[in-house]
Amino acid sequence: MSNMTATQHLEIIREKNRPTVNDYIPAIFNHFTEFHGDRHYGDDAAIMAGIATLNSTPVTVIAQVKGRNLEENKKSNFSMPHPEGYRKALRLAYQAEKFHRPVICFVDTPGAFCGVEAEKRGQGEAIAKNIAEFMTLKTPVISVVLGEGGSGGALALAVCDELAMLEHALYSVISPRGFASILWKDPSREKEAADLMKITADDLYNFGVCDKIIPEPVGGAHTDPAQTADNISEYLISAVERLSKLDIPTLLDNRYKKFRKIGVFSE
Amino acid sequence: MLEDLFKMVKDRFNEEQKDEAEASAPEIPKDLLFKCPRCQNVFYMDEFEKRKKTCPVCNYHARLSAKERLDITVDKDSFKPFDENMVSLNPIGFPDYEKKIKGMQDNTGLKDAVVTGECTIRGYRAVIGIMDSNFMMASMGSVVGEKITRAFEYATEHKLPVILFTASGGARMQEGIISLMQMAKTSGAVKRHSDAGGLYITVLTDPTTGGVTASFASLGDIILAEPKVLVGFAGRRVIQDTIKQKLPDDFQTAEFLLESGFVDAIADRRSMRKTLSNILRLHNYKKIGANWQHG
Repeated sequence: MSNMTATQHLEIIREKNRPTVNDYIPAIFNHFTEFHGDRHYGDDAAIMAGIATLNSTPVTVIAQVKGRNLEENKKSNFSMPHPEGYRKALRLAYQAEKFHRPVICFVDTPGAFCGVEAEKRGQGEAIAKNIAEFMTLKTPVISVVLGEGGSGGALALAVCDELAMLEHALYSVISPRGFASILWKDPSREKEAADLMKITADDLYNFGVCDKIIPEPVGGAHTDPAQTADNISEYLISAVERLSKLDIPTLLDNRYKKFRKIGVFSE
Repeated sequence: MLEDLFKMVKDRFNEEQKDEAEASAPEIPKDLLFKCPRCQNVFYMDEFEKRKKTCPVCNYHARLSAKERLDITVDKDSFKPFDENMVSLNPIGFPDYEKKIKGMQDNTGLKDAVVTGECTIRGYRAVIGIMDSNFMMASMGSVVGEKITRAFEYATEHKLPVILFTASGGARMQEGIISLMQMAKTSGAVKRHSDAGGLYITVLTDPTTGGVTASFASLGDIILAEPKVLVGFAGRRVIQDTIKQKLPDDFQTAEFLLESGFVDAIADRRSMRKTLSNILRLHNYKKIGANWQHG
């Protein structure tokens, strides 16, 4: 358990050289083949998806793409997906179900994109549908939060059998900036919000939201991307093996209960 | 025109006051008038209320409390509430959250932002859920999530249809990640109800946004929306800040959603009972009592 504050984690995940899926996918998988498009509207570069092998097992990979520089970020819209991105993800999830491939999602987004076109094409509906459909997807689903996981835009790729977080990753109901903006009308109080919101991997592990914390090298993933990729890979291989042993009704029942039990109330 | 109307009201008010003692100053009570937030016209409250709180000019359907909604929707004395005493705790230790909840409970008479239960509508049995925007803008925390989940689980078990009147500002920030997880929890229960063959009708009311739009509100087999209500994922202000442009007035209205293909129909509240019972009948749900009444 680390003694770092959420703000300190935030500084690490915003490190310019922090590895992204563009670094991890070639290091973790073999034969990655990217597939595009949602078959309805278009192709969203904020979500990259395709098939690959993980330790010789075929898997489907769905990943939110944080850019490594401004140019990449412009292309992937700073990892803020549009509805067609979520629909591409769902299309490939159904494909994975059909061909009995485990699904591996990488979450790395401040949130779904907020804009006129996103609304017009049903951002809310796209996210809702992913959440509901992933809940009963008849194949193992593993999600790994790499950096920032923000709001429904993250959850749309995080309804899963096991949720893992990199040691410094954060996962929250809304980005700390958005939180400060909504509750205090002052986005500059972002750091104060981060420390208040209980969004670190340790916090989420304690809430029962996160199932596994994947260690990062000292100082953060950017200090040794290869080692970080190995750590992720080791976890994914064991998780796929573990979950593939379960029959589908048990798998789905466990998945339902994983979320069903979360809530803090009295009556 | 507006000034004229104010004068008219003032005159009428003063006239009514003439016979009374001269002690009170002739101020117009706020609840005498309704100003439509959509078309900006102003009306006498009694006229507005006679129309079940809809605007006489543009037909905007104003916000109702859960109690008001129940009264105009379900058969008299048919409502049996679920989980009436469920209350929120403070999962992330958010400063003064308990105090805020307590204040809201005192102001609204509600325990949290949703009322759920079983009822009949023109004799048809259904599980019903009504969100009340007076309670923390009907944001979804543990209580809203749990009550809606249980309502769907009950409906699945008893083979009942579910009707939800949605309204929400989104996830309840004060409950942090726990509130985000309610989106998954509720959607999972909706999916199980659906897979078991159950009918789920969503009625989008003013305003339905954020995490509620991005979960159970968008998952109805049939999605109705009241006229002119606000429905969207992201808040208007957030989008305006992103695109640095003013948004058109009809953006994120029920009509905008209809045009974009995300609602089945716009439904007037004054015939909502008929609309809903018709849909239930067409799904082969049987009437359980012929002698339903509506008060």
